[in-house]
Amino acid sequence: MADWTDAEKSTISAVWGKVDINEVGPLALGRVLIVYPWTQRYFGSFGDVSTAAAIMGNPKVAAHGRVVCGALDKAVKNMGNILATYKSLSETHANKLFVDPDNFRVLADVLTIVIAAKFGAAFTPEIQATWQKFMKVVVAAMSSRYF
Amino acid sequence: MSLTAKDKSVVKAFWGKISGKADVVGAEALGRMLTAYPQTKTYFSHWADLSPGSGPVKKHGGIIMGAIGKAVGLMDDLVGGMSALSDLHAFNLRVDPGNFKILSHNILVTLAIHFPSDFTPEVHIAVDKFLAAVSAALADKYG
Repeated sequence: MADWTDAEKSTISAVWGKVDINEVGPLALGRVLIVYPWTQRYFGSFGDVSTAAAIMGNPKVAAHGRVVCGALDKAVKNMGNILATYKSLSETHANKLFVDPDNFRVLADVLTIVIAAKFGAAFTPEIQATWQKFMKVVVAAMSSRYF
Repeated sequence: MSLTAKDKSVVKAFWGKISGKADVVGAEALGRMLTAYPQTKTYFSHWADLSPGSGPVKKHGGIIMGAIGKAVGLMDDLVGGMSALSDLHAFNLRVDPGNFKILSHNILVTLAIHFPSDFTPEVHIAVDKFLAAVSAALADKYG
């Protein structure tokens, strides 16, 4: 779906290598539910998501945040094949979960912000550019089965 | 989406914390936007150096952030308060208003980097709404 230089591949692996999925996943998904409250509509079965504190303390939100980051791990490990990697996940989100694909971009942007907060100045503009290119491809792949 | 009283007070309080570094944040956000979203360079092709940290980027980032800082005090009437800037962006600069969202994202990234513990989810939503309201006020005169 996209061409990656060796430098880009190693940048993305390096960034991802420093991300603790168990920490960042829950932080990112929780932040999406707080900052973009309409997204709570997809998580009706998760229990109390009525306040920021409830969201950040909700174990189902945390678990699902880890699931989402686990799926991102697959993309990092298959950068030459992201479209195929996400084919069935895209179909599930389109045809079973009925998730508006604009939310993938929203999650990608919030994840970038959470990672930036953790890395600080080490998340340079150049690293941000490469990371966001990767996010753009992931979002496109997740949107690819929507017709 | 309109700004609630709580949004306004959260934004004011946060801006109080960051105002000393506003220039730096503006410069960095602009540099990040030009690097991560190269299509935005089109508006600055008259600058010799578009790299993060260059003279023109630093200066202009400071100008932008200064205007946003002023907007913090204009939250009760952003459309009125930003009318002249809206004229500028609509009729002189002719900036596609989709780019306001892109710059806003890069401001949020920069704030997260410089103020990781202050940029909580509650602050994030208030600032995100504020920047969206500023963007809408800036686009008010378009078309």
